[in-house]
Parts: sequence; C-alpha cells; structure tokens
Amino acid sequence: MRELRRLSLRFLNAVPVILLVAVLTFFLMHLLPGDPAVVIAGQDASPQAVARIRTQLGLDRPLPEQLLVWLANLARGNFGTSLALNQSVLAAVLDRLPVTLSLAAISLAITVPLGIGAGVIAGYKRNTWIDQSVMVIALLGVSLPGFWIAILSVILFSVQLKWLPSGGYVPLAQGAWPWFASLIQPAVVLALFQIGFLARMTRSAMLDVLDQDFIRAARARGVSEWSAVIKHAFRNTLIPVVTAAGIILSLLIGGSVIVEQVFALPGIGRLIVQAILARDYPLVQGTMLLLGFAFVAINLLLDIVYLLVDPRVRYE
Amino acid sequence: MSEAAVAGGTRLARRRRFPILRRLLRHGSFRIGLVLVLVLVIAALCAPLITNVDPTAMRIRFRFRPPSQDFLFGTDMFGRSVFARVLYGARLSLWIGLAVALLSGAVGAMIGVLSAQWRRLDGLMMRLMDALAAFPAIVLAIGLGAALGPASGSLIIALTMAYVPRTARVLRASALVIRELDYVEAARVSGAGSLRIVLRHLLPNCMSPLLVQMTFVFAYAILAEAALSFIGIGPPPPAPSWGNIVAEGRDYAVEAWWIMLFPGIAISLAALGMNLLGDGLRDVLDPRMKIET
Amino acid sequence: MPPLLEVGRLNVQFRGERGWVTAVEDASFTVAPREALGIVGESGSGKSVTALALLGLHPPGTRIGGSVRYGGADLLRLPPRAMRRIRGGDIAMVFQDPMSSLNPVLTIADQITETLRLHQGLTGAAARRRAVELLDMVRIPDAARRLDEYPHRMSGGQRQRVMIAIAIACAPKLLIADEPTTALDVTIQAQILDLLRELQERLGMSVMLISHDLGVIAEFAQRVMVMYAGRVVELAPAAALFARPLHPYTELLLRAIPPVDADVARLPTISGAIPDPEERIDGCRFRPRCPFAQASCAIEPPPLLEAGNGRLTRCPPRLAA
Repeated sequence: MRELRRLSLRFLNAVPVILLVAVLTFFLMHLLPGDPAVVIAGQDASPQAVARIRTQLGLDRPLPEQLLVWLANLARGNFGTSLALNQSVLAAVLDRLPVTLSLAAISLAITVPLGIGAGVIAGYKRNTWIDQSVMVIALLGVSLPGFWIAILSVILFSVQLKWLPSGGYVPLAQGAWPWFASLIQPAVVLALFQIGFLARMTRSAMLDVLDQDFIRAARARGVSEWSAVIKHAFRNTLIPVVTAAGIILSLLIGGSVIVEQVFALPGIGRLIVQAILARDYPLVQGTMLLLGFAFVAINLLLDIVYLLVDPRVRYE
Repeated sequence: MSEAAVAGGTRLARRRRFPILRRLLRHGSFRIGLVLVLVLVIAALCAPLITNVDPTAMRIRFRFRPPSQDFLFGTDMFGRSVFARVLYGARLSLWIGLAVALLSGAVGAMIGVLSAQWRRLDGLMMRLMDALAAFPAIVLAIGLGAALGPASGSLIIALTMAYVPRTARVLRASALVIRELDYVEAARVSGAGSLRIVLRHLLPNCMSPLLVQMTFVFAYAILAEAALSFIGIGPPPPAPSWGNIVAEGRDYAVEAWWIMLFPGIAISLAALGMNLLGDGLRDVLDPRMKIET
Repeated sequence: MPPLLEVGRLNVQFRGERGWVTAVEDASFTVAPREALGIVGESGSGKSVTALALLGLHPPGTRIGGSVRYGGADLLRLPPRAMRRIRGGDIAMVFQDPMSSLNPVLTIADQITETLRLHQGLTGAAARRRAVELLDMVRIPDAARRLDEYPHRMSGGQRQRVMIAIAIACAPKLLIADEPTTALDVTIQAQILDLLRELQERLGMSVMLISHDLGVIAEFAQRVMVMYAGRVVELAPAAALFARPLHPYTELLLRAIPPVDADVARLPTISGAIPDPEERIDGCRFRPRCPFAQASCAIEPPPLLEAGNGRLTRCPPRLAA
C-alpha cells in the first residue's frame, strides 16, 4: 500500500515536470534574438518567405496564445512539423529511433557489467595494485574526449586493421552480424565515459558499505567472502548506483549525439544536429521535447527500481 | 610564562595553520592535478610570450608540415601553426570551463540552499530542476546554442543551465543536513532570521561540496565544449578552440595526424587535471560524498 | 576441567603513521566451559580488538601473534574455510551497535536462516520454523510475523535481540558479546543482560562479555579480566576482585562507580587519559596516571604476577606491599 502511495506521488510529481519540459522547450525557440522567422528563413530571404514562415509557425500571434496552441498541439500528440524534412517531428524521430536505441542498448550492455564489476572489484581490493589500475583506467574514461577517441579508434580498427566499418548503420533486418559490426565501435567509444563514471561511483559506494558493521556481523556468523561481498555488500552498493542511473542514461544520450555524428549513424542525435545546422527549429524543439519526455518516463521507471532495491524507502 | 613555552606554542601554531592545504598537497592525485592545471593555465595566459606566431596566420607554403623544430606540433591544411592554435585554444577552452563552473556553482548553490531553507520554494524549484535535468547536458547545450547563436557566450549559458540542476541538488542535500544541526537550530531559536541562517550557516558550511562539485563541472564543461565545437556548434572559426582544431584535423587524421592529436591531448590533460583536483578535494574536504556528478 | 578456549600471548598490531602500533600485548587467558568471563577497560584498551582477533575478524593489514587454542586447533592458524565453520557455529558474536549490525536490505528471516543454512544445513520451512523458535527465545513478540520485516522497522533493543537470536542459532559453545548493551537505553540494557544470562544457562554456553562498564560486568561475570592500554593488568574471580582490587587501575575504576545507596557530591575520577597507542611509555603504561607510582615502575614493563586464589596482577609494588 505504502509502495502504491509513494508511486502515485511520484507520478503526480511528474505531471508538473512534463509541463515544465514543454514550456521550457517552447521558450527555447523564443530566446532567439530578433525575429525568429527571419532567423529561420535566413538573412537574405524575401519578405514573403519570412511572412510565410511567420504564419506557418503562428509567430504572428501573441506569445501566451502561441504557448497555449503549442501545449494544445502536444496534448493531441502533435509535436510540430519539420521545415526541411517535410515530415512530422514525431515521424522523423520514430524513423531514427531504432538506430539510437540499438546504439544505446549495446553501449549499456557494455557499460553496466564492466562499470559495476570494475567498481566492485576495485572497492573490494582497495589500495592494491588492482584497485589502482582500475581507477586509473576509470579516470581516463571520464577524462578523454569521446569524439577524439572515436577518430583514433577509426584509424586503428577501420583504416589500419580494416576490421570494422568506419561509419554508417546497417539495420537489424539485414542481419544481426552486420548490424552489430556497424554499432560495436561507436558503442564502445560511447561507453568509455559511462564505464569510468559508473566504476568510480560503484567503488566509493562499495568502500562505504564494506566498512559497515553489518558486513563484519555477517562474517562473524561464518559467511564466506564471496557471499559477504555479493550478497551482503553488493545490494547495498546498488542503492546509490540506482540513484545515479538517470545521470548515466543522460550521459549516454548526450554522448550518442556526438558519436552518431562521428560515425555517421542516422540516429536522433544526428537528426538534431542536422536540424540545427539547417535552422529547422521546429524539429530541434520537437526532438528535444521528445527526449525530455523520455527522460521523465525513464526517471519514473528508475523510481520503481529504487523501490525494489531499498526496503527502507518502501516504508517511508 | 617561560620563553620555551612561548616558542613551543608558536611552533605548534605554525604546524596547524593550513591543515587542509597541507593535506591537499600531500594527496597524490591532487598534486598531479594541480601541476597539470597550473601548466595549462600558465600556457594559456602566457600564450603570446611563449610563441610569437599568430594562430590564425595562414601560410600555404607551409601546409601539412609534420612536427619538427620549426613547427613544434606541425602545421595544418592552411599552414597555421598547430602549436600556436592549441596554445590560444587553451584560452577559450579553459575560459569556458571556468565560467561554466563559476556560474553553475553560484546559481546552483543559490537555488539549492534557498530551497533547503524555504520549503515552500522547494517543490517548485526542484520540479524546475527535474525539468532542466530531463535534457541531457549536450542536447540542452545544442538546443540553447542553436537558439542563442554560435558564440562562446551562448555556450557558457547553455552549459551552465545544463549543470545547474546537479549542483543545486547536491547543495540542497548538504544544506538540508546542515540546517538540522544543533547550532543552526540554536541560531534559529535565538531569533536569527532565515536570510541570516542562509548566509551565516548554510552557505559557508556547504562550501566543501560546492567546491568539489565545481571542479568536476569544470572538467565536464571542458569536454562538452570540445565536443560541441567539434560538431560545429561552438565558437565559430577561425578562432581556435581545442574542439574545432580536432574537427578540422579529422579529415587528415591519417596523413596529418598531428593536427588532431595535439589538441586532443590538451583536452584530455585539462579534463584529467580537473578530475584529479576534484578527487583530491573530495577525499580531503568531503570524504562522505558519494556521487561525483 | 580443561578450558574451552585458551589464549596464549596474543599480540595484535596495526600499521600506524609511524610504523607498527601495538593494540594488544601478550594477552593470555582462558575461558572455561559455561563460564561468564568479563573483560573490562576503557575504550582503546584493546578489549574489542582481542575479541575480533579471536575470530579472525580484525581488519586486513593487521599483524597477529600468539595462539588461540580451541578444540585442539589454533584458531589463528586455521585455514579460512575451517575458520568460517567456527564463526557463528562454535563461537558466535554480538556487537555493540544493533542499529548498524543488521543488513538493511535483507529481512530478519534472511539473516537468521543464513546462519542456520551455513552451519546446520537447514533450509526452507524447517529453517523458518527454527527462526521463529529463536525469535521466541529472545522474546520478540509475534515472531512469525516479524520474521519478514526489514531491520529498520525495529527498535534498537529488538534489533539487539535479533542479533542475539542469530548468535545463538547454532547453539555455540562460546558467545562473545562486545559491549552488547552500550548503545541501548538503561532499562533495555538490564533486559538484554537478563536475556543473555538466561540463554547462557539454558544453552550451557560460555559467555565472554566485553564492557567499559564495571556495573554491567559485576552483574554478569564470574571472572573478570581488566585491560589497560593493550595489556591485561588484572585477572580475578569477580567477587574477589570487587572486594579487594589488586591493581591501582582496577581500584580507581571501582571507586569511580557511583554507590547505589549513598549520595556522593563528587565521584573520584582517574586523572589523565588513556595513552595514545602510538605514544611510547617505558615501564608500566598506567604509571603516568597512577597515584601510587614509584621510580621502579618506569624501568621495565611489569610482569603479570600470581597473587594466589587464581588471581593475577601486573603491579609488583602493590603486591609486595
């Protein structure tokens, strides 16, 4: 019951957040200095073209009315229409979703076991050479710029060794291996930062837990080292890690924008960059909004996971 | 009092004067980080003294020269000195990193501490932070950068907005702990106003987590700025920034590897240095802090 | 009757900022079957370290010397697997802080049945039935229902009862209770001590009770060992020790207990503080605080001397007097 109440409270909290996300993206467009229509049409566009864009986007109406229209459209599932693609924003995003999801899934599948595993081992072997080498690698992970590593990696694995394609996406429908081969390099590059981040966090959480009295108490009743670490320490370590999972996913999506650009993967990140370079503001706005909504949803899901991991929260 | 006792007293005082600084300087990663950051900052500040080459001067005759005594880091496709460009690029990258760290620290601290003190503000503020945090930092910066136009100023605003929510949350959590401490309670009971409590007790006691947080934000901002410049959403060329030098060198990465190699190393060292500083600060100032966001 | 546990010249050293620091020095004592041995001392006297070392629970990087003979084996030289069979099986331990000694993410049932599974191979319904019995034994009302709760739902006293239930789950020969009542309210303290005494009787086990509180020791122990700055300074049957302490430190400790029946304006206190373990003190380590110190006390560490009737003391001058 308490769980249900807490969950419904979280859902209620998400409502204003979603609303705020929508309003923020609306104002993003109106931050444009000067007349957005002119900016979108370009400096040397004809007055007719500017006027057409202005009416098309409803920019000739008062701001509050524009906001209401924007929100009303969103409520009906209308996220706007791209200027350049002749396509609705939702359709454009859905077209590219499989690429970004595939990339994120492979990257996450590398990040989670490696990051958490490395952190647990480093924490358990604290102050040994194992700990120190794991932590140096993790530090490099959060310090080396991904796009630069991507270039170096392409030179090595695509140009010199010719093991992997240097870019482009192969849909899963054309075979699992080509699909995987087209994504593994970008996914690893993308994962490096998150692995480092997760390993550093898991290690400090682990150190914290291993110093707790209940670990010593567990050893005092004859529990094996393995069980003391995995059964008793690990689940407690997961509590702060789950709290940070939202940040990790956020880093992942942010990083995928860059990585998609380097590896020419036609995903959502590339969509948004191309939209910006093409001054397709409705597309930028709509894509950001969808990403924002997705994150609110992910954070709600994480709350449920959190509830499963930490019994103390369940009763609060 | 005997003279010996007085002498002993001052010796003790000297030993205890900067205990935190001493512990920081004894911390291995802090030391390495400090050296890295200092070298880069000095290089950036003294760029005109270190080289008299104009980073934007094109000399087509000297295109694609590999690193040598004359061209320390080689030259790019326009014959510009990569060394001079990396050196001047440091100014922009470090300036953006510093500005983002300071601004997001100030704004985040304000929001965090005020929300902790005025609970009625808390709900709204935290929802706003949730909403801002719903956009990945890079995406938010791209969107805002697009809206504000490609300039370092818009990049600073964009990245600041992206990092404010995390700083605000960390500071709010610390302030919530501190405001329950006995001496703050005592101040409240003895009639101190909210503003006084915020200024006298909450803010000064949140300095450690704030400083740690700002150091890590500095590192993230350097990486984010470089990434954004790399994909073309940053300060416009020909002004050198580490990110756009790598972007320019990308097409020649195999034949003229030096163009992209050296700015990449510079970015790595800067981020590494700030992260090491952050690790040291956290270990010494705030050993209980778990999440290094 | 041969002793259940025989500790011989136990030495424990930690790595300090300047080399090794001795936390326990040449501690030798025995625990007889069904005996209640009390170990008393200020914090930092080495009493908890002694207890942890017996079960090999000291932090990594600790240097241990001497022997701990139990059941024909030396616990200090036991391979890890055999040591784990002893822990929680033959020798169990209860810790000071019940609030942090139970794993917050596991239910009470998980933590009790874990011990039963490890040492008695009990699983499933049988383990559960036994767990309910154990909770009943430590007087937790409504045991069957509370079994599935998480620790944070229980009070400190109840959690300590759960810790005791876990400790006695496999009917250990020896229970080491390290400050089991220190973190609890005074009224709860008495209940927990009563419970421990009753369980000792019922299960026929030996108890090693560690406390800084002479009152608790007086109420519980048959024999008392007094530790100071890592050394055993006195060991005696409880009645004799309380009637006539032989070591100055014990005497001063006793004087610092408030008498129940008389009003005293001011309790005598022991001047000074327990020395920093890293600090070097030649001769008797209590000398700087000892009102009876003589020149000879500074020359060499005093030996632990026989004083008749099974008594030992580390104060030659007073024994001679």
